[in-house]
This record gives sequence, structure tokens and C-alpha cells, in this order.
Amino acid sequence: MPSGLLRVVTAGSVDDGKSTLVGRLLHDAKVVLADQMSAVEAASERRGYQGADLALLVDGLRAEREQGITIDVAYRYFATARRTFILADTPGHVQYTRNMVTGASTADVAVILVDARSGVLDQTKRHLAVASLLRVSEIVLAVNKMDLIGYDEAIFDGIVTDFAAAASTLGVDHFTPIPVAALVGDNIVSRSTSMAWYEGPALLEFLETVEPHEGPSLPARFPVQVVIRPRTPTHPDYRGYAGRVEAGVLRRGDKVQILPSGRVSAVAGIDTPDGELDEAATGRSVTVRLEDELDVSRGDVIIVEGQPAPIVTRELNATLCWLTDRPLRASDRYQLRHATRDVRAVVDQVESKLDISTLTPIDADELTLNDIGAVRIRLAEPVVVDPYDVNRSTGAFLLVDESSGATVAAGLVR
Amino acid sequence: MTAVLPTTSDSLQRGWLTDLEDEAIHIIREVFGQFERPVLLFSGGKDSIVMAHLAMKAFWPSRLPFPLMHVDTGHNFAEVIEYRDRKAAEWGARLVVASVQEAIDSGRVTEHEGQTRNPLQTIPLLDAITSNKFDAVLGGARRDEEKARAKERVFSVRDDFGQWDPRNQRPELWDLYNGRHRTGEHVRIFPLSNWTELDIWAYIEREGIEVPSIYYAHQREVVDRDGMLLAITEFTPPREGETVRRQSVRYRTVGDATCTGAVASTASTLADIVRETAASTISERGATRADDRASEAAMEDRKRQGYF
Repeated sequence: MPSGLLRVVTAGSVDDGKSTLVGRLLHDAKVVLADQMSAVEAASERRGYQGADLALLVDGLRAEREQGITIDVAYRYFATARRTFILADTPGHVQYTRNMVTGASTADVAVILVDARSGVLDQTKRHLAVASLLRVSEIVLAVNKMDLIGYDEAIFDGIVTDFAAAASTLGVDHFTPIPVAALVGDNIVSRSTSMAWYEGPALLEFLETVEPHEGPSLPARFPVQVVIRPRTPTHPDYRGYAGRVEAGVLRRGDKVQILPSGRVSAVAGIDTPDGELDEAATGRSVTVRLEDELDVSRGDVIIVEGQPAPIVTRELNATLCWLTDRPLRASDRYQLRHATRDVRAVVDQVESKLDISTLTPIDADELTLNDIGAVRIRLAEPVVVDPYDVNRSTGAFLLVDESSGATVAAGLVR
Repeated sequence: MTAVLPTTSDSLQRGWLTDLEDEAIHIIREVFGQFERPVLLFSGGKDSIVMAHLAMKAFWPSRLPFPLMHVDTGHNFAEVIEYRDRKAAEWGARLVVASVQEAIDSGRVTEHEGQTRNPLQTIPLLDAITSNKFDAVLGGARRDEEKARAKERVFSVRDDFGQWDPRNQRPELWDLYNGRHRTGEHVRIFPLSNWTELDIWAYIEREGIEVPSIYYAHQREVVDRDGMLLAITEFTPPREGETVRRQSVRYRTVGDATCTGAVASTASTLADIVRETAASTISERGATRADDRASEAAMEDRKRQGYF
């Protein structure tokens, strides 16, 4: 039995039929409610379409419906008898990397759409690069519009070969190709009768049964969000550190170290309003009490002694996905947000960026919108990090524009 | 999209509810960590009740560190207003009431004959945010409610005019929430973004949370109007040609009484409500909100102007 929740990101270029695919998935999985379906039917009729345009289930903004495109990441929630899904649908134009990075940052599975008539494009490679960079553990290549190429196996095989070449350049060791026709429903929820040559699962079948690769058990990381000091008659001296276990497991009695200060103590208790816990696993929001009265504040990280230590540093080698129009150049200053800590940062050097057509790094002295590049960053105060490849949550950070507050880059510690 | 799950005893869903709770508490604590003057929107509706419950859990054993705010259209159900006031007092929380009636009386907004007061909430809401200098406004909106809401961020920046620009939203990555904003701007925070209607009810059942009585089946005088069951109240008298009848109904949402419909139901316990929600083939807003039926983009238009 697969675990409860699967987070899926879908990515494709303009006109690959992604909203149609998502709409078809929801419709055929029978999770579209009657009133939502009749609204789509009415809207399709107003536009003079033949039959219901399932893309209208997904495209929620006026401009999207007017232009027939998807503008912003949309989240969908549905469940089948086997599993609960959160689906992030990311549009494929203009701010494509920004949208894809957003959806992929929390995803277990990436579904990358290709139009069977156009095959693997630079955009496809970019989506693959982002999924690989952000360590999405399962990648599906959905070759759509198979109905428009006469369900031709040879064309499908050719696209899979091209995709496999790009995957191997990026070090992606496996992916799952599925031929689909979203408009008519081939291989979306049930297996198509038009492609007898395809023996694999339909898309939903794959999503219901895939087991995302679980990383090795990680050392404990507990960034402090809030210091809890009630000073009430019932809890006059209570002092707890509220936060979420970002990796590993924290147990009562663990000898711990507070970083960056390096002071040591032990876990006296793990509190929740529903009672004390013996241990708190990754993802749990809890409040930790320590044996000793220490000066611990928001931004500090509690780790367990004797486990592999994180890196405490004021210099980062990082990969950035650049998400804004104004280019990044050396010596630009930003606010860096990592876990629960904000520090001032200056980009010392832009080292290289990824050439999307060859998928190899090339020399660069600036990063522009949608670029993925390697940089060196200097910080005003130390941060407590792990390499992103080891730990997706303590290896990730944002760069924020100090004056506008905009998030300008997704960062990954190398 | 409402999930179709067999029962709440399903072990998968138990785990999923805990995941949702942990995520929401993490978000609420980030708000405390990143902002100076947050406020929690509290209408006495089920989503805001779950929000307040989670906020109290997030800071336990400290008290709720935020004031509550309600934008009162003046056309609310008496049972809900009673619940709101009683709970605020019980929690020792300051309750800010932004009144649509006062805004109408002072000429800030104009009421149109025969139209719901729901869109009129935007101006009193923004006025209260400005006058109280709130920089973060926690709301119970969920992405599964409506298509425009499906595109909403967890931390969603509003400009000086309270407006939402869906084409220019900040990317939201991992669980790193960026609450940085300029003076005059504020951030709407939606910790229940990933919850569905069914999750809300399953959680209320699991936690044993009290909700206003109108969520349970009760006898009420209603008429059929615009395909909904509308309760007869002092604000909503029967119109000519409508037949008033008494039947067993309950509410799926508790908004303004003039545009919130009831559903025929005999669900008298939380377990009944969970079962009924799981089996429903009509969405929450489709069943009960006249204001969202106005056009395909009704919600988007209200949100752009600063609505919840």
C-alpha cells in the first residue's frame, strides 16, 4: 500500500495541452462535482466549443479563460480510493522556470508534457533540468496528442530516445514514459485501446502506485521558529522552543547542540497541546524544552550531538534559479532567507550558467530571468546548512530583494 | 475539489490530517516570527474556527497572541454572532468588529437594493486593516473552494490599496514563506490552503471542536430561490409567489444570511456531517453561495479588490 499523500507537479510548454490533461485526469477520476462540470459545460458552450473544454476546470483567472492559457501555478486536491493527491499545475510560458521551480520544490513526482507532434524542445529540457536539480524523485514523460499522430509507436519511441539522452546528460537515472491523448482520454485514467503496443500503466495508475524514493534517514535538524514563554500562573517559568522537525527525529533525552552558538544541552521534553511526545519525526510541529537555560532564539538550529553535523558558514557555494526580470550581477546585495533565519547577503561571483540546449555549464557573469547558474555568496552572519543533494529542506534558501520584498531567486546549497 | 474518501477512520486520512495540522501550525508560527501586528479573521464559520483552534495549538501553553477580527455585514445568523462573542471571551482575545452597517451609515459604501452585502465587506475590511496597522491578516480561505483561490499563495501580498494581482505573485518555494513587504502593504496568510472541505470536517470531528448550531440539521422555514434553499429571516422575507415551507436543513457555509443557502440534511452529528460531505456531488460554494454564481470570475474580481 503506498503512503497517503502524493505531491505532483505538471509542466509543459504552451499548447502542450496540460490544462486539458489535468482536467481530463480530474474528470475521468470522477472527482469533478456536478455543479463544477455544468459550469464548464456552460462556459464551453458560450465560447462555441464542441463539447466541454476540460481545461476550463483548471484555468481559474479571467485572463486565462480569455486567452486560453494558464498564467499562474494552480493547486488541485483530489483523492482516489488508493491515495490523496496535491497537484501543482505550472504554466509553460514567460516565467516558466519560476512557475516550475515553485511547483517542483515540494513535489514527489514531476509529469513533463511533450506534444507528440513537436517532440523534445528546449523547454522540455528546462523542465527536466529543474526537476532533476530540485531532486523530484520520480519523473514521468507524458507524450500527449498521440491521437494527432495516428498513435504511431515509432514517433513515441523517437521522443523517448531524445528525452533519455537529455536525462542521462543531467544524471537522471530513471523516468517513466507514457503515451497519452488527454483530449480523448487515452491512457489517462484507464489504458487506451488505441495503443496496443504500449504495455505500461495509464497515468493515474502510475500515480496511485508509485513509491517516491525515500532518502536515507537524515540527522536531526530543528530550526527554532518562536520562543514560547507564557509567564502565566499555570506556567510561570515555562520556556519552550517551537518549530518543525525539518529532518531526522528528535527524542526526549537527546544530547543536543544549538547552532550557530555551539552551546550544548539535552532535550527535557517535547510538548504538544495534546500531550508530551517521546519523539518527533520529520514534519512534526512541536515545542522543545531543554535541560539548561540557554539563550536560544528564532533562527537558531537544534541538532543532535554525535550525528553528522551541518555546515555553519558565512560563505555559500550555491546554484540559483533566477526568477525576476532584473539580472543578477556580482556584488549585488540581497536578503537571504534560510529555514527561520534572515541574513544579508552579497553575491561575490557569478561562475557559470546552464546552457539549456546542451545541458552543460557555460561561463557567465550575470543571470537573467529563467537562468540556472552557479554563484558564490558571502553572508553578514553565519547560517546552518546542509548540501541540497543531502537535505532538501536545510539545503534550500531564497534571495529576497530588500526594497520590494520580492523573491528573486531559489537557491540550493552545493 | 472535494475528496471522495470512504470514512474518517481511514488510517490514510488520519495521517494526512496530522500532516495538514503540522503544516498549518508551522505557517502560523512563521507569521508570529515575521510580522509585528498580525490579526486573525474570525467569523464563527467552520474554517475560521479551525484556524483559531490551530493558532491556539501553535502557541500553547501561551495564549493566542493575535487579536481576532470579524467583518460583520449586519446580516449574520444570530447563532453565529453569539458563538463568535462567546469564544472570543473564552479565549481572552480582543475582537475587532469591522461593521458594514457603519460603513453604509457613514456613506463609505453604498448599498444597492436587492443585492447582497458580501462585496461591501471589502472597504470596511481594508479600513480596519489600515486603522489598526495590521501587517498580516490570517484567513481561512482554502484553494479547493474556488478556481481563483486555487491560484492563491499561502503568503499573499496586498498593495497599498489592498489589491491582489494574480499575474504578479511571488513564487512560493519549499516551506520558505517570504513575508517581507513595504510600508502600507500587508500580507494575507492562508494556513488552510491545502485543506479541503472534507478535511475541515474530519479535523473538527477528530479534535472535538464546537461549531455553531446551524451547521447541524435543524428545522427552519425556507424558500427555493435561485436553486438554493434560502432561510426566511428579517433580512430575507419571502418574495411574492414563493412558498415558505418548514424542513430539516443545515448550513455548509455560514456567510451573510442574504446570500448563503442551506442544504436539505438530517446530519445531526459531526460523523454524519463528515459522511454527508464525503458523499456530496455538489461543491460547497456551488450549493450555498449566490454571490459566486454572478459570473465565472466573481471571486477573482472581489479578490483583486481586496476581498478575503
